[in-house]
Amino acid sequence: MSPDREYGLFIDFGSTFTKVVLVDLTRLQVAGRTQRRSTVETDITIALDAALGDIRDLLGRDVAYRYKLATSSAAGGLKMAAIGLVPELTVEAAKRAALGAGAKVVGVYSYRLTLRELQEIENASLDLILLAGGTDGGDRETIISNAEGLSRLKGLSTPIIVAGNKAAADEVSAVLKSGDKEHVLTENVMPEIGVLDVDNVRGMIRELFISRIVEAKGLKNAEAFIDEILMPTPTAVLSAARLLAEGTDGEEGLGELVIVDVGGATTDVHSIARGDPTEPGLVKKGLPEPYVKRTVEGDLGMRYNASTIVQVAGEDLFMERLGNEKVDLHQSIERFSMDPGLLPESKREMALDIQLASAAVRLSVERHAGRIETTYGPIGPVHIQYGKDLRKVKTVIGAGGPIIFGPAPEIILRNALFSEENPFSLRPQNPSFFLDEKYLLYAVGLLSEKEPLTALRLGKKYLKKLGGRKV
Amino acid sequence: MYVEKQKTLIIGVIGVDAHVVGNKIMENVLCQAGFKVVNLGTFVTQQDFIKAAIETGADAILVGSMCGHGELECQGFREACIEAGRGNIHLVLGGNLVVGKQDFSSVSERFHEMGFDKVYPPGVSPYKVAEDLKKDLGVSEP
Repeated sequence: MSPDREYGLFIDFGSTFTKVVLVDLTRLQVAGRTQRRSTVETDITIALDAALGDIRDLLGRDVAYRYKLATSSAAGGLKMAAIGLVPELTVEAAKRAALGAGAKVVGVYSYRLTLRELQEIENASLDLILLAGGTDGGDRETIISNAEGLSRLKGLSTPIIVAGNKAAADEVSAVLKSGDKEHVLTENVMPEIGVLDVDNVRGMIRELFISRIVEAKGLKNAEAFIDEILMPTPTAVLSAARLLAEGTDGEEGLGELVIVDVGGATTDVHSIARGDPTEPGLVKKGLPEPYVKRTVEGDLGMRYNASTIVQVAGEDLFMERLGNEKVDLHQSIERFSMDPGLLPESKREMALDIQLASAAVRLSVERHAGRIETTYGPIGPVHIQYGKDLRKVKTVIGAGGPIIFGPAPEIILRNALFSEENPFSLRPQNPSFFLDEKYLLYAVGLLSEKEPLTALRLGKKYLKKLGGRKV
Repeated sequence: MYVEKQKTLIIGVIGVDAHVVGNKIMENVLCQAGFKVVNLGTFVTQQDFIKAAIETGADAILVGSMCGHGELECQGFREACIEAGRGNIHLVLGGNLVVGKQDFSSVSERFHEMGFDKVYPPGVSPYKVAEDLKKDLGVSEP
């Protein structure tokens, strides 16, 4: 690091926009920002060049930056398939590992792959495949047979990460080699029943992203202008979340937290929390939860799947919440899904937008958080906890356009809360709400790689606390 | 050098049943006897047992049932294994399987009919279970 250089540049190559934020690292201030329509299809550097020009104009001079770091979710993000054996065990573990590494999981496969599934994998233009299956010393046949299937796919050149039964690893590797498939071996995502080991896989995905994916996606050119494209954008958000929760040497964090990021295509929920039972008498069952957990709801995007949100939440409920006004629900929804860039036009559409975002928040956090199921036995009722108990989490951060730019961030975010209507969903009970108002989390995540303390202070400074009443 | 694949056992207490002490003792004895033990603990469903058996390539499932509801909880266990592609897996059952004073031979017969290979009465020594398993799974002593 060069302390005389006071500015850092943080770039996010998105599928729609290339966003740049300029941070004064000495004064801990956002000194400027710009965005240009992404040019991934042609040459990524066109948009970048224009954006950097904007920043130069803004500063009125050329400066030497301390860092020029980037994330990318361009060209469809980091598209992955997760393959395992039993859906609730190694398949789920593989899926969680991929999601936690910021991937967009487009295919999830269990047991022996069928020809049809193999073709689907071949045609999905994936960036990475995660091949798991079997605990260490457990089932060998399935992962070997799946490796054989993959190695026979003539058109498949996607790198494969092998993270399954250790006792089958050599054979899997030999099989993949015989089909000339690029692959790496790493630790099993589920070495034992009830043990989840996602960190090695996450690290491997990150490594391959830098060494392989950036180039494959035509992002490499950008590295002539900047230092590095370090990670997929969601990974940067997760890193920021972790830093904000845990703090770093010299400054405390905010404690366990949840981030809800509502977008046009998906709604993402991140939690940095152990999620252990918060009351006595709960029996914890199911797959152990990663402490840093990310879930992505592909059916809860505010635009691309507005109609799905209405379906899942229930049309009646929607009409009721909208005060049973004569809103032409279907027509507005249609308009929204046709043009994802559309902003609400009338008061009614705005109300509808708030309802859509509210439903997306409620459903996505419900799916992310754990739940209690009560069963009755000879010893009386037994309460079994599946997933994370987030009731005592004190911080909930809202992110994404509909929350940040909408007129009612707090009303929307309150849908993330524990509710008497569904007391079995273990959502936060009494948190403070914050907004990632400046779309800065990715920059905080990037900076945390270089200067964690500066990143933490910057992140805390720019989180806007919402004042409203607490439950 | 003597090499043999360690036999893998899935153990657990089935149904709404919190009796964990016997389960822990069983795990301990079976580990010492040289088995690889995957202990699912208490409140285990049939599906939990079978899914774990598939993923670990287990050689046997040992079902414990202490609360007297064994007959209900174990109904269809063998059929579910067959459906999951592990129809030949060795199934062992033990504990307080039924309520009331019933002749154990008739109890045992009922569970054998359900497809369990070995059925043990309450208070069976875990060492006996370990010895039987060695015989049934063909473990030869080094």
